[in-house]
Amino acid sequence: MNQPTNPSDRNRLSRRALIAGAGGAVAAGVFAANGGIASARRPSLARSAARAAGRPRSGDKPTLKQWYHGYGEEGVQEAVEGYAAAYEEATVEVEWFPADYDSALSSALLTDDGPDVFEMGNGPNIDMILSGQVVPLDGVLGDAESDFNERMINRLTYDGHLWAVPQIIDMYFLVYRKSLLADAGLEVPTTMDELVAAADALTTDSRKGLFLGNDGGIGPLGGMVLWSAGADYLTDDGAFGFDNDSVYASFGKLRELYQSDSLLLGAPADWSAPDAFLADLTAIQLTGLWTFPQLLDSEFGDDFDVMPWPALDASTGVPSVPVGAFSSTVSSKTADAEVAKAFVKWLWVDETEYQTDFATSYGFHIPARTSLAEAADVLQDGPAATALKLYQDNAFTQIPILWTPVADTAYSDARTRIIAEGADPAEEIAAVKAIADEELARIAAGETASTAPATTG
Amino acid sequence: MAGPPARSLKRRILGPQNNNMWFWVFVGPFALGIVVFALAPIVWSVVLSLYEARNTITPTRFVGLANYGDMLSDPEFRSSLYTFVAFAAFIVPLTFIFALGLALLVNRAGVAKAFFRSVFFVPVACSYVVASLIWKMSIFNGLPGGAANTVMRLVGFDSRAWLSKPHPPLYWIVIVTERLWLQVGFYMLLFLAGLQRIPVNLYEAASVDGASRGWQTLRFITLPQLRATSAAVLVLLLINAFQAFDEFYNLLSNPGAGTYPPYGRPPLVYLYYIALGRQQDFGHGSAGAVLLTLLIAIFTLAQGRLLGFGKRGSYG
Repeated sequence: MNQPTNPSDRNRLSRRALIAGAGGAVAAGVFAANGGIASARRPSLARSAARAAGRPRSGDKPTLKQWYHGYGEEGVQEAVEGYAAAYEEATVEVEWFPADYDSALSSALLTDDGPDVFEMGNGPNIDMILSGQVVPLDGVLGDAESDFNERMINRLTYDGHLWAVPQIIDMYFLVYRKSLLADAGLEVPTTMDELVAAADALTTDSRKGLFLGNDGGIGPLGGMVLWSAGADYLTDDGAFGFDNDSVYASFGKLRELYQSDSLLLGAPADWSAPDAFLADLTAIQLTGLWTFPQLLDSEFGDDFDVMPWPALDASTGVPSVPVGAFSSTVSSKTADAEVAKAFVKWLWVDETEYQTDFATSYGFHIPARTSLAEAADVLQDGPAATALKLYQDNAFTQIPILWTPVADTAYSDARTRIIAEGADPAEEIAAVKAIADEELARIAAGETASTAPATTG
Repeated sequence: MAGPPARSLKRRILGPQNNNMWFWVFVGPFALGIVVFALAPIVWSVVLSLYEARNTITPTRFVGLANYGDMLSDPEFRSSLYTFVAFAAFIVPLTFIFALGLALLVNRAGVAKAFFRSVFFVPVACSYVVASLIWKMSIFNGLPGGAANTVMRLVGFDSRAWLSKPHPPLYWIVIVTERLWLQVGFYMLLFLAGLQRIPVNLYEAASVDGASRGWQTLRFITLPQLRATSAAVLVLLLINAFQAFDEFYNLLSNPGAGTYPPYGRPPLVYLYYIALGRQQDFGHGSAGAVLLTLLIAIFTLAQGRLLGFGKRGSYG
C-alpha cells in the first residue's frame, strides 16, 4: 500500500511554502541559512518517508502521551496538536494543562498513567534524575548538537547524559522607557550604583523608578545578584560558589534599593506581567521576553528597549540575563523509550519549521537552535534584536542542575532575610552554604547508589 | 439440625427486617469512601514518614524516625509553628467576638431578619483564592490609589506596600481581615442556632427576678447557655487556623519565581513546598504532616477538657 497523501502532509507543505515565501523577503544571508536548513532536512524527510512506507498500517502504531503546560498565547495548543498529528511513526495524544501543570505532572509521574513525553522548565531536576523518573536522551541531538546553545545543553546534562531537549528559550531582563532616561539625561546603567541612581532620578509622585516584583526582586533576582558580583551558585568544579565579599556587597545594593523610595512595591500585577510598565507606574521594570507582544503593541511600543542586570561595578562581575528553556523529557515509565525518544528528536531537533513556528508565531520566544534564532524575522530589529544580542552575550542558565530545590528554598529564604529584613549577608549565606553542602553530598552519594544507566529502561 | 442453623446464621447476618443489610446499603458507600480517600492516605502517609521518599510514593529505604528528627530540628518548621500561633492568636478571638456579636445583633433585629442573616453569611460562599486576589490586587495593593491606601491618606498617613514588607508586619492585617470576612458568617450562624435553643422562659424568669435586659442577661443567661456552642466554635476555629493555606499562599507567594518568604509561612504552606512543590520529598513532608496532626489532636483534646466540649448534650 502506497503512502496516501494525508491532511497533515498538506499542512506541512503549506507551512513550508509559507516559510519559503517569507524567506525570500529577507536578506540574502538569512535566505541562505534557510536554504541550508531545508536541504539538510531533505535526506531525513526522505528517510522517514521510506520508513513510513514500509511500516505496518496506522492501527498498529504505538501511542504516546505528550504533556504541555498551558502557554498563554492564542493558537499554541492548536499548533502543538498539529505537530503531533503530523508525526507518522506514532499516534501522539497531546494533553494541555491550562493551570497547575507542575503539580499535575509530579503526581502523574508517580503513577503509571503519566505522560510519555513532557516538557519542564529547564528539564527534570536532579532528584527526578536520581530517582529514575526520566530516561537519558543521549544521541538525540545528533549532528545538530553544536547548533544548540552550549550553556543550555550543559545545564540539561548530568553525569555525562543529556536529560532533555530545549524547545524554546525564554529570558528575563530590564525593560526601560528610552525617553524617560533621555529626559533625565541618563545613560543606560552599567553598574549597580548607576542603576540605584537612575531609579532614584526617575522616581516622581506618580511613577517609581524601578519595579523588580512585589517582593522587591527577592524571588526573581537569585541568579543576577550573584553574576553581578562575578560569582555563581556553584563553582566550575561543583562546590558552593558565593560566600564572598563581592556577593555581600551585591546584596547590599538590593537592600539599598529595597529601602529606597524608588522601588515600586505592591503593584496589582507582578513582575512577570508587563502591566505596571504599561500603566506608567514605573520607568524600568524587570520582566520577561514573553511580554514582548504586549509591549510592542502598546503606546510605548517605540519607546522601550531592554538591558541586562548590571555588573556590581566597573571591575567586578558582568551584566547578566537569566535564560531558561522549556525542555522536552521522556518518562521512564513509557512503554518503549526508543519510540518516545524518536518523537522528541523528530519534533525538537529535526522539524526546524515547527520549532520556528512554535517559538515565534504565537508568543515571543527565542528558538532553541542558534541557526533558527538568527534567522527568525521577529528577532531582527528593535528591542527584540537587543534581546537576542543579550541572549548571545550575557546569558546565564537560571539554576545549575546540582542546585537542588532544598538548597534553592534555603537561598530564597536567606534573600528575604537579607534584603527585606536586613539580616547580615555573611551569616545568612553561611547558613545556605551548610544546607547546600549537605545537598551536594547527598547527590554525590546518590550518584553512586542509584546508577543512571539502570534507569534507561 | 442442618437447616435451621444456616437459616438463623443468614437471619443473624441480615438482622431483624434485614436491618443490617440496609445499614450497609446506606452506610457502605460512604464508609468505603472514607476508607479509600481518608483512612488509606493517612495510613500511607504514616508509612511514607518512615522512609526516604523523594519523587516516589513507593519508597524502599526505611529510615525509622529520622524524618521526624529532621523536622523537629528544622528551624523553618518550628518557625512555621510560631507563625501559626501568631495567626491563631489573632484570628481565633477576633472571629469568636465578631461572630458572637453579629449573632446577638441579628438575633435581635426586628426587621429584615432574613436579609441580615444572609448578608453576613454570603462571604462564606466565596472562595479563598478569589478573595485573596481581591484583597491583594484591589484593596491592599501598594499603589496610592488602592482602597486601603486611599483611606490611609484620607486620615493623614502615607500609603504603604501592605504585602511587600515584613517590617512592620502589615501583611497580618491583610491575612486576618480576609479570613475574618470569609468565615465570620459561618460561625455567626452556629451562634444563632445556639441562641435560638435558649428557652424563652429563662429570660422571663430572669426578668421577673429583676435582671437588667442588657449586660446582666447576657452575662448570666445567654453566655452560660451558649457554652457548648462556644466550645465547638473555638475548637473549629483553632483547627481551621492550623489548616490555613489558601490565603497565605495566594497573598504572599511569588508564583513567577516559585518562591515564598520565610516570614508568614504557616505549617501547611511549608509542608506543601517540601512534599508537593518542587522538592517532592514525601518522607519529610509526611513526617511533618503527622506531627501537625498530632498537634491538632492534642490541642483539640486539651481544649475539649478545658471547655467541657462534648460532655453534656443538653441546652445549647
